[in-house]
Amino acid sequence: MKRGVLHPGIMDLAKYPFLAEAGEYLRDKGFNLEQLGHPDWMPLVEKAYGRIITASSGQVYSSDIEKLKDLDKDMEILSFIVAVILLKAAGINTLTRRFSLAEARRSEKYLEHDLGRKYVSDKAVKDSDFPLKIIQELFSVKVVVENDEFMLSVPNYLQRAVHFHEKEWKLVNRRVATGFVHLTAHETVRLIRTELGQYINSRIQSITLTSIPDTFKARVQDLVQLATKFSDAVVISSDYPPCVKHAIEVLEKGENLPHSGRFLLATYLLARGQTTDQIAPLFKNAPDYNERVTRYQLEHISGSSGKGTKYQCPSCDKLRSENLCFAIPDCDGIINPIQFGKKRKI
Amino acid sequence: MLEKDTAIVENAIKEYYFNHFDLVNVPPKHTQREFGYQKINGGMIRHIAIKDNKELHLLLMKEAPSDVYCSNAYYSFPNLPMSEKDWKGADLIFDIDAKDLTLSCRNDHSVFKCGSCHGIMPGKQSACPKCGSTKFDVVSVACKNCISESKKEVKKLVRILGEDLGIKKEETEVYFSGNEGFHIRVINDNYEMLGSQERADLVDYIMFNGAMPETFGIKKQNNSKSTLPEMGEAGWKGRVATSLFGSKTKVPKVTRQIISDGYLAFQVKLDEIRQTMGVKVDPKVTMDIHRIFRLEGSVNSKSGLSKIQCKNLDDFDPFLDACLIGEEEVNIIANCPVLIRLKNKKYGPYANEQISVPKYAAVYMICKGLASVV
Ligand code: SF4
Ligand SMILES: [Zn+2]
Ligand SMILES: [Zn+2]
Repeated sequence: MKRGVLHPGIMDLAKYPFLAEAGEYLRDKGFNLEQLGHPDWMPLVEKAYGRIITASSGQVYSSDIEKLKDLDKDMEILSFIVAVILLKAAGINTLTRRFSLAEARRSEKYLEHDLGRKYVSDKAVKDSDFPLKIIQELFSVKVVVENDEFMLSVPNYLQRAVHFHEKEWKLVNRRVATGFVHLTAHETVRLIRTELGQYINSRIQSITLTSIPDTFKARVQDLVQLATKFSDAVVISSDYPPCVKHAIEVLEKGENLPHSGRFLLATYLLARGQTTDQIAPLFKNAPDYNERVTRYQLEHISGSSGKGTKYQCPSCDKLRSENLCFAIPDCDGIINPIQFGKKRKI
Repeated sequence: MLEKDTAIVENAIKEYYFNHFDLVNVPPKHTQREFGYQKINGGMIRHIAIKDNKELHLLLMKEAPSDVYCSNAYYSFPNLPMSEKDWKGADLIFDIDAKDLTLSCRNDHSVFKCGSCHGIMPGKQSACPKCGSTKFDVVSVACKNCISESKKEVKKLVRILGEDLGIKKEETEVYFSGNEGFHIRVINDNYEMLGSQERADLVDYIMFNGAMPETFGIKKQNNSKSTLPEMGEAGWKGRVATSLFGSKTKVPKVTRQIISDGYLAFQVKLDEIRQTMGVKVDPKVTMDIHRIFRLEGSVNSKSGLSKIQCKNLDDFDPFLDACLIGEEEVNIIANCPVLIRLKNKKYGPYANEQISVPKYAAVYMICKGLASVV
């Protein structure tokens, strides 16, 4: 593993165990995989497993770090690393992605908290510097701090904010001056969540495991078993329009798709003749998946329940205004995704 | 276009590139850009890479293209098909066109051409008086008002680019489009990597599309706690405040009114502000990161005028400054029911008359489909 440049303390590592420095820290303290395989460390394996299970159900693992003793802080760091090893050994991408996203959301809380602390007391100056350094180092995004505001350059902001579909993230609904977008600590951190998740995911992917301790094996099996719950059985036709493909991808990654995106997906697939039974599994990977609610909503949209109004697929114009359009040349001349691939170009 | 008309236009274009090649300005990183061109009555030829000025000059002289384009994007391999070009960035571009400004003068200088018998009529008619067809082509000719209104949009845009988006004056180039509007090119490293989606959101900012009342302090509930933006604030907040209040003294009264009118009324207000203060650019142009855009200094075959840079926008008169085709007299038959002003001289109206006019006026009318060589 490469040497880090951030010089975090043990508290920082407990908060941000995905940093390269976490590995160094443990090595310096004399931990190694063989040791962790000793039955005495079984509680640690359980803690790591729990961390994954929490993530897989769309929740965020949390512990009251501020109150932990140093030894427990080590456990925080170690349980993350063991979780990574379990995931790597299980080799289930969906699970790894979910774990990465949940861990990103976990550290997001600390990042936000630490960023906001700068102005509480002088002593805390270091606290806010560290998250800024993480953001700069990991994502090459420079965040400028001015008074109690955080500022990102307009291009840096746009490259991240376009992945959100809520109207308040549109540039027009932001305070913009001389090339910078003004944000709160919360917004700044929210903006990099996906990247943080991808960063954690890529760190896990880059690890090579030769063997794992026997004491880990049962839990690895459990993870493989668990993964069968997430189906990838949905057929994605290559002739779906880009907006629909994008919506499916977001769901597949286990990320949150806004209501407007789900509506697009449902109305489009229904119009293409799929049934609610065929469509429902698509939503399985969504962080807030609830089978009953999903079915109810789908039936409502299809007009087979309630007042019986069948909803139409939204227009390209509407989708464009919701940042859900990803037009390609084949989209020329169509006004609704339904026409994609049917109308030949003039 | 008829053969004899094509000949005179192509000749005029050739002459123009011979005399005025210095006006042709290839943007920076020219070897990484894709070029394209069209010939009169011909299709688009694109995916061309150009080594240097000499090669470009040669192409212009040899082909006398009616229109020449150059990509806003830079590629590793500009001459390969799109999927293999390897996109490396693109200038931010904007297109402001008088026809998108819903101006009341449009009718006064638009000519309707019957789609089937090509008969010409000055005003809008329900059917062609000669053949009864209901299909028309609309041709619009030079209008001072259209240009001055377009200039206002350009100024709004340049101001937002500078004050809000931090793009320096030196990085913003303004061009007359060669017909009825303006093209703006921004050359700024920070913006060149933006994809189509990001540019779409940037355009919404510039056009003031999608603004929420909440952004300006108006809430759905608990409206009495609303705090409106102040005049002098940066960005849209300041502009909205200025438009709402007009002057400092009116702030308390207007504030009370707005709060009592509520959320939906404010949304309507924002929409009015969008129509007056939002910049009317063509969003499709800015979103397109693979566009080939009219080359600076080239002739526009919709008019025979040139796309040229406006160093001083206020003084710029396209019908003088961009009218760069030769002056020798040409005999044409003109059927042009509206008056045209070029180089401070008036031409027309003409009702199927044989006349002798300078070549630039002849080419202008031929390009507009309102005249033919004798
Ligand atoms: S143009 Fe229409 S069909 Fe194509 S991606 Fe956009 S919304 Fe979808
Ligand atoms: Zn007719
Ligand atoms: Zn006009």
